[in-house]
Formats: sequence, structure tokens, C-alpha cells
Amino acid sequence: MSSGLMSFIWEGLANTLLLTVFGALLGLVFAFIAGLGRSSERKWVRGIAMVYTEVFRGFPSLVLLFVLIFIIPTFGFQLNPLIAGILALALNIGAYAAEVVRGAVKAVPPGQLEAAIALNFTPVQRLRKVILPQAVVAMIPPFTNNLIELLKATSLVSLVYISDFTFAAQLIRASTGETALVFFGLLVGYGIIALVFTTAMKLLERMAARSLGRTVPSGLFGRKEVAA
Amino acid sequence: MNFEWSGVWDAMPTMLDGLLVALTATGIGYVIALVLGLVFAFMRRSESRWISMPVGFLVEFIRSTPLLVQLFFFFYVLPLIGISVSPLATGAFALGLHYATYTSEVYRAGIDGVPQGQWEASTALNLSTRRTWTNVILPQAIPRVVPALGNYVIAMFKDTPQLLAITVVEMLGGAIAIGSETFRYSEPIAAAGLVYLVVALLMAWVARMVERRYGQVRV
Repeated sequence: MSSGLMSFIWEGLANTLLLTVFGALLGLVFAFIAGLGRSSERKWVRGIAMVYTEVFRGFPSLVLLFVLIFIIPTFGFQLNPLIAGILALALNIGAYAAEVVRGAVKAVPPGQLEAAIALNFTPVQRLRKVILPQAVVAMIPPFTNNLIELLKATSLVSLVYISDFTFAAQLIRASTGETALVFFGLLVGYGIIALVFTTAMKLLERMAARSLGRTVPSGLFGRKEVAA
Repeated sequence: MNFEWSGVWDAMPTMLDGLLVALTATGIGYVIALVLGLVFAFMRRSESRWISMPVGFLVEFIRSTPLLVQLFFFFYVLPLIGISVSPLATGAFALGLHYATYTSEVYRAGIDGVPQGQWEASTALNLSTRRTWTNVILPQAIPRVVPALGNYVIAMFKDTPQLLAITVVEMLGGAIAIGSETFRYSEPIAAAGLVYLVVALLMAWVARMVERRYGQVRV
């Protein structure tokens, strides 16, 4: 393979990683806002958070991508395609992850909250010092699933002509004619990236658990949470 | 350029044709996912490592790679090995295979969730392996897996727009076809989005109904 084609692969790989990492970070922000919003005392906050999660979980990410890339510009907002891609992926994955946040916060034993109230903690202190440190540990395994879903969803941007890993593979297929080999290699490539992300999240989970004085059973292929 | 709601309305007949295609792909794919997922789950439980290990690896691999790339793979590679079927059939198969890896995890969790004592009791009552599965384990495992399995129908339906990449004209594909004739893409794409959202929310509602009806373990 010529070095010109190789540079397409590296660029595509870089864009895929960029989309995954920034999509995950922005999605995390949406997830915490919406997930904590759903257990707010104010009814309208709960309402907005619920509409966000229900709408964006009911909306195919590819359609969302088309909306951001093709419809929003007609209203006069011209977004950079890569940023539009990150935003679409983050809105989608954020809605799923918001449910994770909500579930994890709900799963903290109620006695913990009562104790924090009894100790006269402010609402912010309750959340920061008591609820979140315990909830975050429970969030990491389902977040790992969300992250892999996000990585897989990044391949959709190739359909709106953003030059990601899949797009690069399409170019190489067109110029070399090696169909089976290129797509198999692409699948293996995604599999390896997913393995790297899973390993990193596993380490993060162990660190978070250790900070609470708990231990996580070792083994990379240990039992996995089933996504609800 | 401004947005014309009448354009959304005009796209609706095409959307209904597309909806039929999307539902067909989802339906066929779901049956494949349910059956193949059970096969994967049984094979992963196999006592022989020569079966459980490769199947486990395959399931993890399919699960962690994009459906879109799998669609391309089957679309371009199946004809090379002499299997030529319609793009819709290829799409439904890829969708079914992809989600079989999810359903297999669900089945596995459901089966593992049946208390160990149930197995021991079946052994003590001298039930055959088949009777143990059909009369003891599965009746307890299935209600546990109904909610998660219901969610995957909706997830599959929402993945059907990806079939446009392999020339299947579902709703989003139909919207793009309209756009390429009228040079107005916004309205038909909005129409497609609207139909996806409404049908997905409807499916979620039905799934919750089914869950309420069958999702409880009865003793």
C-alpha cells in the first residue's frame, strides 16, 4: 500500500478517536445534567430532563447526524462537520448515559442521604461528598458499554462524508479493489480500539473502587453488566 | 432557504413505504437475533472450552465493532463467496447477527439468575436435562429477560437507517431520494426523523405493556 493511502488511514483513525473522546466528554456533561435533573425537586427541571432522554433515545443517531449536518445549516447555523458529528453523537449517547446516572444515584442507600441531611450538609455537599463518590463507582461498568456504543456509532459519520476510519477504508477499497481484506481489517481495527477502551475503563473502575476502600474482582473478561 | 412544513407532509407517502421496509428488516432481524442469541448463549455455556471460548470471542468481537462496517462487510463479501441475496435480506441478517450478541448476554444473565437450588432440585427429582430446561429453568429465566429483549427491538428499529448505506431504501433513504429530486433535503429528513421518533416511542410503550403482562416471575 502506498504511503498516500496509509496517511488516509492515520487521518481517519485520528478523527475516529477524536469523535469518540470528545463525544464521550460532552456526552458525560449531558448525562450528568439530565441524569441529576431527573431527580430534581423542581418539576420543570425533571420534565426537561425527561423530554431530553426520551426524545434522544427514541431518535436514530444517523437521523440526528443528518439533521445537524443538513437541516440546521438551512436555519443559518453553519457548524463545522466534525463538531456537528461530535454534538450529534454526544446528544445521543448522553441520553443513554443519563439513565445510568439516574439509576446509580437512586441505588445509593437512602440512609446515606439521611445521614448527610442529619449532619446538616448543604445540597451541594450532599451530592459532592456523599452521593456522587458512591454512585460514580456504580456508573463506570455501564459507562464502558456506552463508550463502546459511542465508538461504534462514530462510524456513521462516514455516511455524511466526514473522513473517519470507515471513510478511509472506503477510499482504500475503491482504489485497491481489496474488498474483503479491507473490511475485515477495519473490523479488527475497531475491535482493537474497543479492547483498549475497555481495558482503560477497567483500570478506572478499579481505581475508583479502591478510593472507596472496595475491591473489584480482577480479570479483563470478568462478568459483564447487561445493558438494560 | 426556509423550512416549509408542507414539504414534511408531502414526504409522508414515501415515509410509509420506507416504514414498511424498516419494520420488515426489524422483524426478520429480531427473529434471527432471538434464535441465534439463544444458540450463542447455549454454546457459551458449553462444558467444552473448544466451543465456549471461540464463541465467546466471536460474540465479543461482533459486539464491539460497528454495525455499519458489518453491513458493508456482508454486502460486499457475501456475493464474493457465491451468496447473492437482496440488500434487504443482507441487512436483516447483519442486524440479526449483531443483536444476537446482545440477546445472548441477556439470555445468559437470565439463566444465571435462576437460583442454583432449582438445578439441584431438578437433579434430586431425577428430571431429564430437557425437562429441567423446559419445565424448570426457562419458565423462570424468560420473564427476567423480557424487558431487556423488548428494548432491543426498539434499538434494532433505530439502527435500520444504516441500511441506506447498502442501498436499502427505508425512511432516511427515501428522504434522500426525495431530496435529490426536489433539491430540498431538510423537509423529507425532518419527516423521516418524526416518523422514527413516533414509531420508536410507540414501540417503547408496547414493550412496557408486554413487560407488565409477562415480565413477572410467577410461582
